[in-house]
Amino acid sequence: MNKKSLLRGMAAVTTLLALALAGPAPASEDPIRIGAFVSATGPASFLGDPELKTLEMYVERINEAGGVLGRPLQLIHYDDGGSASEARNFANRLLRRDRVDVLIGGSTTGTTMAAVPLAERARTPMISMAGALTIVEPVRPWVFKTPQSDRMAAERVLSDMQARGITRIGLISGTDGFGRSGREQTLEVVEQFGIQVVADQTYGPQDTDMTSQLTRIRNTEGVEAVFNFGFGQGPAIVTRNYAHLGIDLPLYQSHGVASDRFLDLAGPAAEGVRLPASALLVPDALPDDDPQKPVVQGYKEAYEERWNTSVSTFGGYAYDALHLAVHAIEQAGSTDPAAIREALESIQDFVGVTGVFNMTPEDHNGLEPESFRLLEVRDGRWALID
Amino acid sequence: MFAEFLQYLFAGVTTGAIYALVALGFTLVYNASHVINFAQGEFIMIGGMATLAFMAMGLPMPLAIAMAILLAAVLGALLHRLAIATARQADVVTLIIITIGAAIFLRGIAQVIWGKEYHALPSFSERASIEVMGAVMYTQSLWVLGIATVLVLVLALFFKRTLLGKAILATCMNKQAARLMGVRIQFVVMLAFTLAAILGAVAGAVAAPITLTSYDIGIMLGLKGFVAAAIGGLGSGVGAVVGGLLLGIAEAMTAGYISSDYKDAVAFLLILVILLFMPRGLFGSRVAERV
Amino acid sequence: MRLSMPSKMPGLPVLVLVLLLVPIILNDEFYLDIATQMALIAATVVGLNLLVGYAGQVSLGHAAFFAMGAYGSAILTGTYGWTPVPALLCAALLVATLAWLVGRPILRLKGHYLSMATLGLGIIIAIVINNEGWLTGGPDGIPVQPLSLMGFELSIFDEYHLFGLVISGTHAWYALAGVLLVLAVWIAQNLIDSPIGRALRAVHGSEVAARTVGVDTSHYKLLIFVISAVYASVMGSFFAHYTGFITPQLATFEHSIELITMVVLGGMGSTYGVIIGAVLLLLLPQLLTDFHEYEMMMFGLILMLTMIFMPKGLLPTLSALVKRHWPAGVRSSGPEG
Repeated sequence: MNKKSLLRGMAAVTTLLALALAGPAPASEDPIRIGAFVSATGPASFLGDPELKTLEMYVERINEAGGVLGRPLQLIHYDDGGSASEARNFANRLLRRDRVDVLIGGSTTGTTMAAVPLAERARTPMISMAGALTIVEPVRPWVFKTPQSDRMAAERVLSDMQARGITRIGLISGTDGFGRSGREQTLEVVEQFGIQVVADQTYGPQDTDMTSQLTRIRNTEGVEAVFNFGFGQGPAIVTRNYAHLGIDLPLYQSHGVASDRFLDLAGPAAEGVRLPASALLVPDALPDDDPQKPVVQGYKEAYEERWNTSVSTFGGYAYDALHLAVHAIEQAGSTDPAAIREALESIQDFVGVTGVFNMTPEDHNGLEPESFRLLEVRDGRWALID
Repeated sequence: MFAEFLQYLFAGVTTGAIYALVALGFTLVYNASHVINFAQGEFIMIGGMATLAFMAMGLPMPLAIAMAILLAAVLGALLHRLAIATARQADVVTLIIITIGAAIFLRGIAQVIWGKEYHALPSFSERASIEVMGAVMYTQSLWVLGIATVLVLVLALFFKRTLLGKAILATCMNKQAARLMGVRIQFVVMLAFTLAAILGAVAGAVAAPITLTSYDIGIMLGLKGFVAAAIGGLGSGVGAVVGGLLLGIAEAMTAGYISSDYKDAVAFLLILVILLFMPRGLFGSRVAERV
Repeated sequence: MRLSMPSKMPGLPVLVLVLLLVPIILNDEFYLDIATQMALIAATVVGLNLLVGYAGQVSLGHAAFFAMGAYGSAILTGTYGWTPVPALLCAALLVATLAWLVGRPILRLKGHYLSMATLGLGIIIAIVINNEGWLTGGPDGIPVQPLSLMGFELSIFDEYHLFGLVISGTHAWYALAGVLLVLAVWIAQNLIDSPIGRALRAVHGSEVAARTVGVDTSHYKLLIFVISAVYASVMGSFFAHYTGFITPQLATFEHSIELITMVVLGGMGSTYGVIIGAVLLLLLPQLLTDFHEYEMMMFGLILMLTMIFMPKGLLPTLSALVKRHWPAGVRSSGPEG
């Protein structure tokens, strides 16, 4: 090979490299900035980790498919470690330094509420991935959220108990934000279902043994079923201890454990456990005419292939938050915050992973209680039971 | 009634034994160097997570546990050699902050390598539960208790019978005198760190089938172990064991009989009460402050 | 490290100068927001340093005092309709009483028992704040009303007109936090230079010796413990009003450890050092965000390396370095201390 062709070859390679690095080119356009603050580490990483993974993956995918409005998406994300103060600071940074067009976060109610006043002030649409009703009730013009409220989960479980003729239950919940909120919501609505909570126990989010609390519940007179509201590894330990103690009353869990990880951790002890969950865990069991079927199947496959780990309900919240934002931007035809907000508020029949969203000016969540499916663990797998 | 009590006792003794092993680690290091090693909890994490990782590589469980313990021992020695020994002129509070930095560092690495998810180790025995007088007990609890007992006995023998053990004891009592007697203080302190790491890793591996394990399991277990050591007087081996068991049982009984909301507060209330009425801890050694 | 610090320092004018320069150099709402929080936390740490650096006692529960101030203000103004100033004072009084009650018996003992006691107390307070949701809002936190005095409200979301100038709420709050920090330092310096301070330094040197010459050590230690707790409580109240939303995370053991780390990182016993410690530790999470999943690892590594190679803390180590390279004659009044 002589010198000239070597040079020419190098030039060609350089050009190719430059082209490859530049990517498919709507590059002349300014990116649309999506700002996210999630609890990717710390006590709420159970929520934030799958959320961040989902956001990263879908921003990549959307960009590969040509972006939004011909512009690429740019994801700017920070990890608040579950701390509300950090969440507030990162939200502020996203709004004021990074000047994002849409804010996604936080993972918990505490981190969300710390950032809400800032988003309202900056007049930037914010989509939260946390459960509590207080985020969207009363409605704040700029704040939306994707998960169903904890009350819906409680109602779903209680109505199933009612259908089984259960009237006296034992409640056990985590002392973290998720468990506390769930416990309060459950206690608020339980009487409407003609059910009495006769034992009310709690455990710390990092506790390693709940046999004492469960023994106490078992020994309470007249308990017909047990409901555990919690997330993370706690409910898995509750389930294991429950089986270990040989309690043969029906055990209900909340959507906080809705992930295949729960089956791995709880093992055979999970047999017969019922819980409300989004369609995500049972994509193949859905009837073919279910509008969510393709969405849920697609998300589950893509996530599990990309990250080599099982999907969880919480990642689904991030999928919905991102896609609602993208949908709204497309509808608005621009990144004008007021236009995006308007578009978000008028989203109808948007099929997400968590459910079908119908937003209104009075409802910034837009989900029906029916978006929760009731599942039961049978032979180590999730089964749809209604 | 009795079955109920027994059930709480089983729960308390199992967690208590885990706390006791962690507390022993704190005590060892504290005695040798007056440092409260806040990285102690991370060795519990390494015990569980590394066992899991080695098993995923196809090693049988006993071998995987041995490898995990070896890894923890090496890390414990390194922690002393690279961090504590390098800064040995520093104030004790500074050394404690270094161990906090080390804990965050180890947790950070574990999170990158092993991910953030929780994992379960299989129980050591085929049969998971046995029934005793109306109460059920994990067979794994027996493993925890058995191994904890053996470790405590071995440690006791080590300190009473071997030259090395006596050297450590001498260092605890009087550094200057020990140095004059030809004890290499830095070596002794390193040994204490290594032994503490081994104790932590064993606790982590044995407990993982019950407690599950993850990159951040060490935060809570480490803190509880420290509390147990403090109850026991932070310097007494017997105190650490009793403190751990007491703490575990107190938590289980409170959750069972009083309030699960405040079961964690009991441990800390215990600390306050002990400080007010028995300031040396239950088994604290009587040490005079040097002038 | 303990006694070598000169107590008369040219630091206060330098601190004021730096505080004045920050809004000029970083004229940006985000930076000012962070700087305001830094000033409030730094003031807390200046109080804690009195205890650690001069009384030689470690508090592992200072975050709980901070949180009690924050929650006291939040609850009294929000639920019970008090105005912020009496609420702040009431919370501080409560904290002072609690610190006194716990400190009195414990500080009679020699040794590090205060750290154990504050660890226990701090975690109990954190558990109560987390569990009593009817009062504190539980783990999800509680909103806090803006600061106001005699009908004048200070909110970061408002604008203020002063002598024809328009000042944003963020700037106004920054100014307030700056004044608070200067006040905190001024009070601390005066304490250190007072007979109490001298007695305390004697205690830190050798307790037995101090006692022999007739210094009632436990009395002084108790006083300084209560003062440092009040520092935390007052700054906690301001922090709550500033951020507008607080969670039980403020009271956690991790937060207490963070405060102690700021003291040790900056330099125990060096008032200006611990301010730098606070600034750095609060800045790190913002600086390390680009490391993403390596963030935690980097944080631990930086903390470890700094303490290994600067065991006396940042400012004392740096000022020793300056002294070595600039003999005293050449050196003009630098910001060391």
